[in-house]
Amino acid sequence: MKANIRKIAVFVEETQSEMGRKVDPPTRRAAAVAVIENPCAGKYVEDLSELMTIGEELGELLAQRAVAALGISAHTAESYGKAAAVGENGEIEHAAAILHPKLGAPVRKVLGKGAALIPSSKKRGGLGVALDIPLGHKDAAFVRSHFDGMEVRINDAPRANEIMVAVAITDSGRPLARVGGLTKDQIKGEDGLR
Amino acid sequence: MPEVAVRKKLTAVEEIFHEGGPAVKVPLRRAVALVVIRNPYAGSFVPDIEGFMDDLKPLGLDLAKSLVKALGGDATMVEGYGKGAIVGSAGELEHGALWHVPGGYAMREVLGGAKAIVASTKKVGGPGTRLDVPITHINASYVRSHFDAMEVGLADAPRADEILLALVMTTGPRVHARVGGLKASEIKGEDGLR
Repeated sequence: MKANIRKIAVFVEETQSEMGRKVDPPTRRAAAVAVIENPCAGKYVEDLSELMTIGEELGELLAQRAVAALGISAHTAESYGKAAAVGENGEIEHAAAILHPKLGAPVRKVLGKGAALIPSSKKRGGLGVALDIPLGHKDAAFVRSHFDGMEVRINDAPRANEIMVAVAITDSGRPLARVGGLTKDQIKGEDGLR
Repeated sequence: MPEVAVRKKLTAVEEIFHEGGPAVKVPLRRAVALVVIRNPYAGSFVPDIEGFMDDLKPLGLDLAKSLVKALGGDATMVEGYGKGAIVGSAGELEHGALWHVPGGYAMREVLGGAKAIVASTKKVGGPGTRLDVPITHINASYVRSHFDAMEVGLADAPRADEILLALVMTTGPRVHARVGGLKASEIKGEDGLR
């Protein structure tokens, strides 16, 4: 492993009712978050390939952790998202280097598929910063019931020279989704959009 | 007997490899199980609330078991514990105190008769309120290496008429514990203190 991981946190949320109405089956979503040393902290580094490699490693590790926490077989995952928070001695570009070039392929490999873009967010922040991980259907970005977001935070991260990297995976859309649009049983799942 | 109406659950597991010092061979694991329930006493003063403690017992057991499962399924791995509650704004602090018996005894039962008092905290707060749940050794409260705390919370809970209940378990001492005091290897484990 290239990444120097200080800690890994895995969160699983299960919503069983909303406004007194039962959610059946409950909606479930998991986020796996790694807190790593930022090898490029504190200085300008032109070539960010080390972070790209770290992103590739973390894509596989975090997707596996999230799926395991949901206790589902990977191919039944329905939506996904990713995010990173860079500590104060790093650049937003460091988050981009981890998230965008190489993290997605191993996530899709773990899930067996994933035609859609993996929605993402990034920020720079201090300890305890809240990371809002956007979520979208993994095979068809226009599935409206699966547009969502999951907030995660770790009170002691990211330290100044660290990066928090998160992958979120669900087995469902929003609880009691009812604003129309494309539904998951209408998708083709080929172009990543519909 | 009011019904225990669950809206949502969260489990989170942290796996800590190091905190700037040498990485430990067996990473420390800390897990929290949160449940958000309707507060049956929200909005008015109800003199007699004690019966709800019995109603919460199955939920306590359910949470305690889910924590052991999240930590790998072996109850003998668990060395620290704690509990807490956040009462939504239409409730009173005393409603959080209803969790002491069902939360604490559930963990002791699942862990095979742990001796130490379960460290706890509680407060009234709005959605997104964070709670620092104190943690101590399960058989001897004075074990200094196991004094710890885990910050927990949920972005959308507790709503005004809800209570967020938390149980926490850990698998060992702080990752770089080195401030002396009673060691886990020195305890008698009879009186719950030493």
